[in-house]
Amino acid sequence: MSASAPSVSPLRPLLGLGCVAVAFMALFMLVDVSGPWDFVLPFRGKKVATALLVGYAVAVSTVLFQTVTGNRVLTPAIMGFDYLYVLIQTCLVFFLGSTTVAGLDPRVLFGAEVIIMVAFSAMLHGWLFGMARGNVHLLLLTGVVMGVLFRSLSSFVQRVIEPNEFIFLQDRFFASFNDPEHELLLLSAALTLGVSVLGLRLLRACDVLVLGREAAINLGVDYPRTVSWVLALVAILVAVSTALVGPVTFLGLLVANLAYAVMRTYKHAFVIPAAALIAAIALVAGQLILERVFRLDTNPRVIIEFVGGAVFIAMLMRKATR
Amino acid sequence: MIEAKNVSKRYGETLVVDGVTLRLPVGGITSIIGPNGAGKSTLLSMMSRVMPMSSGNVLVDGLDVTTTPGDTLAKRLAILRQDNHLTARLTVRELVAFGRYPHTQGRPTAQDREHVERAIEHMGLSALADRFLDEMSGGQRQRAFVAMVLCQDTDHVLLDEPLNGLDLKHAVSMMKRLRHAADTLGKSFVLVLHDLNFASCYSDHIVAMRDGKVAFQGRPEDIMRSDVLRAIYELDISVQQIDGDWIATHYR
Repeated sequence: MSASAPSVSPLRPLLGLGCVAVAFMALFMLVDVSGPWDFVLPFRGKKVATALLVGYAVAVSTVLFQTVTGNRVLTPAIMGFDYLYVLIQTCLVFFLGSTTVAGLDPRVLFGAEVIIMVAFSAMLHGWLFGMARGNVHLLLLTGVVMGVLFRSLSSFVQRVIEPNEFIFLQDRFFASFNDPEHELLLLSAALTLGVSVLGLRLLRACDVLVLGREAAINLGVDYPRTVSWVLALVAILVAVSTALVGPVTFLGLLVANLAYAVMRTYKHAFVIPAAALIAAIALVAGQLILERVFRLDTNPRVIIEFVGGAVFIAMLMRKATR
Repeated sequence: MIEAKNVSKRYGETLVVDGVTLRLPVGGITSIIGPNGAGKSTLLSMMSRVMPMSSGNVLVDGLDVTTTPGDTLAKRLAILRQDNHLTARLTVRELVAFGRYPHTQGRPTAQDREHVERAIEHMGLSALADRFLDEMSGGQRQRAFVAMVLCQDTDHVLLDEPLNGLDLKHAVSMMKRLRHAADTLGKSFVLVLHDLNFASCYSDHIVAMRDGKVAFQGRPEDIMRSDVLRAIYELDISVQQIDGDWIATHYR
């Protein structure tokens, strides 16, 4: 670790990351085309768009969540956010049946799910602010317990469900980057854009949150309000990424920490784009390598989760020995 | 002026601060002393709205701290608590620059940068301005945090044990710098101090707390007396006047 200040402008690594991301995307789109271009390009473009959107949602939600909790080993998954989404889906299929769910307008369905998730985060947060006076640790502990509850409940319901319905469900959660629903993709993009516009106004307040609760209050940040806004945005972003490709637990952890390491600044205006670009690179490059090198048409999520999980354990070990 | 009216803090059955009514003088240094668990830090936290109070209210320049918007108060009052944990790696200059946030909302001007440099210099950190905080000693870090609070440029500055982790040399220089800031910039400091003699030598006013209440308050010579100190600390402490300062000898 060097003792000197980051004298290089943070724009330079950001630009580098951008170039790498564009290169991988171009490679992914153009390599090994063996069919009519007007079919291949939109087909692959959709995959890239999904990867970009998921990468962005996961990266931004993780960085914001880590800022709010003041902890760089946590991801929104620990609050049970992504498994709440799984639970909602499972319950829908259980109570309504797969034919009804499949028949519903995906936009209406998705909108309702997002609302439930934001309401959950608001409820959890509002209740805890009353009770715990903004104690983030209690919030997290509750989140962990809730996460386990959601996970167990959904796996319970999945067990008692009819096998055909289960396959339908599994198909939904393990929806890979290969066949994103067109409308869902558009809706997610619109939602993510909206969230980003709202989030821009919180960016500088988020910088102050890095100092912790008391220092943030001292500097005049409306702490409870800012935190609940950030958590609501996180809930929406998690809903977007989970709806598109299912729960991705460790990708966020991986890209957020890589972004901190690369950018060497606390400023969210630099860290967030960097994390999003790294996530895009990881997803597109992962998909490219899987498809072209290994000729496996599986989901790059598996590999990213494997690497992310290893990093997670390494980070925990390092903290423990320190 | 900071004014506390019947302020209490209750955790379940225990009263940590018990109906404190206090009017802190404007200008100069006020020190809050008292044994562990007397409620000093809790009172300071409530006066600076970092911790909600169970009952009572606090006015800062006539503004109620529980109802006044946080950004308005942040231009009048600054607080530094004891443990300051950071998740991000920051340099001294980056940390101190946060002190300008209430005035700039994160968009500093050249004038703000000047403020930052002055605060860094004031705390004797110019040579370390580009160092990362996690690569510095506890005392240097403490000075950087004080510099941030000074950079906030508020009339009232509340510091919870600012001498924590400082060696003798830096403790003396910290107190001298605070004294200097109080005398030349007209700021009012409220400090929670554990070292009686620092409180005696540098304060204009001392507030002694015990069991959640204000036990005594007054000028240093009113507090630095064996009978008063015995009532506060349950300890026989003899006080000598040395070079015009009242010094407590409580080591034996």
